[in-house]
Amino acid sequence: MRSVRNADLRAHADRLWDAVADGDEYRAGEAVTAALDDGTDPEAVLLDVIGAVQRKVGEEWAANRFTVAQEHAATAINERVLAAFPRTLRPEPGRGRVTVACVDGEWHAMPARLLAEVLRLRGFRVDYLGAQVPAPHLIAHLHRTGPDAVALSGSIATRLPAAHATITACQAAGTPVIAGGAAFGPDGRYARLFGAEAWAADARGAADRLAEGRLPRPKPPHQPIDDLPHLADQEYTMVSRTAPQLVKALYTGLEERIPAMRDYTDLQRQYTAEDLAHIVDFLATALYTGDGSLFTAFLTWTGAILDSRGVPAASLLPALELLGTQLHDFPRATGFLADAREQLRPASV
Amino acid sequence: MTELDRRSRLAAAGPESGLSWDDAPYPALRIDAHGRAGAANRGARELFPALRGGREAAVPEWLLTSWRTATRAGGLVAERSFEAHPVRHDDGSVTLWLVEDTDTRLAREALRLERARTALLSEVSSALLATLNLDRCTEVAARLAAEHLADAALVVAPSSRAGFPVTLCRRGQEPVRTSVEADPDDVPGLGEALRGFPPVPSRWLDPAAAPAWLTGGEFGEVGSIVITPLPGHGVPAGALILLRSAGGERFSDEEEAFARMFAARAGAALSAARLLAQQASITETLMRDLLPPVLRQRGGVEFAGRYRAAQDTERVGGDFYDVHDGAGGESLAVLGDVCGKGLEAAVLTGKIRTMLQALLPMAGDHRRMLDHVNGGLFGTVGSRFVTLVLASVRRSGDDVHLRLTAAGHLPPLVVRVDGTVEEAATHGSLIGVLPEIVSTSADVVLGPGDTCLLYTDGITEARGGPLGDEMFGEDRLRRTLAECGGLPAEAVVERIQMLASQWVARSAHDDMAVLAITAPRVRRVAPVDRKETGA
Repeated sequence: MRSVRNADLRAHADRLWDAVADGDEYRAGEAVTAALDDGTDPEAVLLDVIGAVQRKVGEEWAANRFTVAQEHAATAINERVLAAFPRTLRPEPGRGRVTVACVDGEWHAMPARLLAEVLRLRGFRVDYLGAQVPAPHLIAHLHRTGPDAVALSGSIATRLPAAHATITACQAAGTPVIAGGAAFGPDGRYARLFGAEAWAADARGAADRLAEGRLPRPKPPHQPIDDLPHLADQEYTMVSRTAPQLVKALYTGLEERIPAMRDYTDLQRQYTAEDLAHIVDFLATALYTGDGSLFTAFLTWTGAILDSRGVPAASLLPALELLGTQLHDFPRATGFLADAREQLRPASV
Repeated sequence: MTELDRRSRLAAAGPESGLSWDDAPYPALRIDAHGRAGAANRGARELFPALRGGREAAVPEWLLTSWRTATRAGGLVAERSFEAHPVRHDDGSVTLWLVEDTDTRLAREALRLERARTALLSEVSSALLATLNLDRCTEVAARLAAEHLADAALVVAPSSRAGFPVTLCRRGQEPVRTSVEADPDDVPGLGEALRGFPPVPSRWLDPAAAPAWLTGGEFGEVGSIVITPLPGHGVPAGALILLRSAGGERFSDEEEAFARMFAARAGAALSAARLLAQQASITETLMRDLLPPVLRQRGGVEFAGRYRAAQDTERVGGDFYDVHDGAGGESLAVLGDVCGKGLEAAVLTGKIRTMLQALLPMAGDHRRMLDHVNGGLFGTVGSRFVTLVLASVRRSGDDVHLRLTAAGHLPPLVVRVDGTVEEAATHGSLIGVLPEIVSTSADVVLGPGDTCLLYTDGITEARGGPLGDEMFGEDRLRRTLAECGGLPAEAVVERIQMLASQWVARSAHDDMAVLAITAPRVRRVAPVDRKETGA
């Protein structure tokens, strides 16, 4: 009997974390080998040791304790460890074929890689396509291999419109989709909104669902607007298409209001423009999903980060006001912006 | 004259009308409050010859319901269809006026059937056309046939080998794929159907004459079998065999006609899937050598590469990279960019990569190698040229020694473990344009954690950014690289490819390739030592 004692798992995860944070591939590999030699269930090694460390990498980055470069370095080490995970543990595949892919534009490949390995351990035949796979490649792959399901992983909320496009494209190719990852919401609400055949909170849940039996066959081909009738107002299309112009207008407007901006270095300009582009991106995503809380949550999060850097969250308000002026003809966008301003104000008082 | 006739005439004779209700074009009869038949006009008398006045009205139940509830109702009388319009009188009796709608009803029924059939055909077509995968498409065809046409359906695929693949589906179950080792000509009509051309009509088969693989298994006794060819796009797509169990209905003419329509659609979808599968397998074979290789650590040096084609629909383009094992533990890394875009450019990269591989024995002399490639390209039809970076890589102690030559290409950048970024001092001419070339190589030593980055101009010339129209540029690349000191090679290429991709977002871009050569930061300890120190 394989042990799954939580204390043991934590000890193994801590050992791997030390090695990964150190950038020490060799010790990292050793930590995983030790966990397996201990008799730990291989799936637990994947999810509660390697996966736990990867989650911590993300947390450290989000808490500003890791630079982006450190995050990449730690992830690269963890990925090497995963790539070296013993193939001999995989049973003979006899449970059907699953394609594991990331949403187009997704850069966090680890959750999908972990799921692919878990599914292999469960006896599935898995084609792992990885991150940065353009949707046309995924669809060509589906036609070529005819899998029983696509497991689609997404962590970046602003890629939700792309996720929807991919889900509907897979379904049009006759393949049902199980969606998972932070982007689809903690309760999977966006997976449901986009008509995915299933949603899972984590890799274990996804593997359980797929092991339970075939996903239902997809509905006949339909249009995004069938799932999201509010798109008929074209607000999403207009905002996303004119995003660079909106960012430019916001930047110019801010420069007029905040004279200090005129002395910004090139790098400061780029960062400010990127921040503004992010705000526009999130607004567009909220317009796409019809869920204003997506926008408010992003601004609250950004406000908290600004706070931690000693910048008042209310400094976001001028940008939101300017955006409101630009989009005054768009009732849904105007509503979302008003709600967001309301949220930010009390926090700053 | 019967009693009913007499009373009917009396009832009909209006004082001054001069018209009898017998002349009304609609049958009408009166039923009193107790359900006894009253007067009936001629139409009603003809319709209900058994009706006797004063007796319980012998009419169909639906008419009695209409009488009881005094609401409109429709139903059949003999073979004809009527709608009853009740009129209630003061004494509690009801006159039922019957309006015949037999023709309308038949037309409606025909329309309903036709609509159902059209809807089914359209559903069948979209289901069949949804997937271009041959196995899936075959399963869909078998399932739909079993659902709508028969108790079980077999889709038999044509095969060039002995034996043939069969997909069997029983109604309500999942399709099962098997392979049958038999001669299709043993089944009357199957051989011709599988050859596809010229098309043969569908054909009945005596269940007694059918082989065991067709009727065997858990199906039970077979009542009727029809073999229908699946006509494809000029290629045989196989045959559809429909089975109905004994005791069930045989196939009607209409059902057979419908089965043919189904077969035409299934055949078209299957042959499209088959043609695509053939093309995809050819493409895959031809493409295999054109795809960027998966790089790994070799000779104690980390190599990592990333590639993104200009078109999302393509996997190859005009940029390429390779890492080869050379003589004496030295590796040769190559990164290049040929003129042109897309598949045509990719084919040229394939030729150049093969040339370089053949020239590996002279990898120690970059200039000589480049001369040969230049000779191979110069003077050929069309202007075909390439920019190249060659990197001879050798681990020495903890360091990695590089000899770098850029021929018409952006010189490689080196990021030190402390984040300092330098450009390698190498330059040279474009390959394939002039009969003679010049080149200057640079020697660089990487300490542990240092990385040398080879990249194509697709990265630096990427247009986009938050404002939409800025170039990614060399400065930004250097700034990005400065954060990558001490990172593993994969992390460096991932970071750069990610930032460049996010920079272009949805805008058009050129092919992008990056290749990182990194001296490992952590010294590897031999496994034997590990055991000793670990104890």
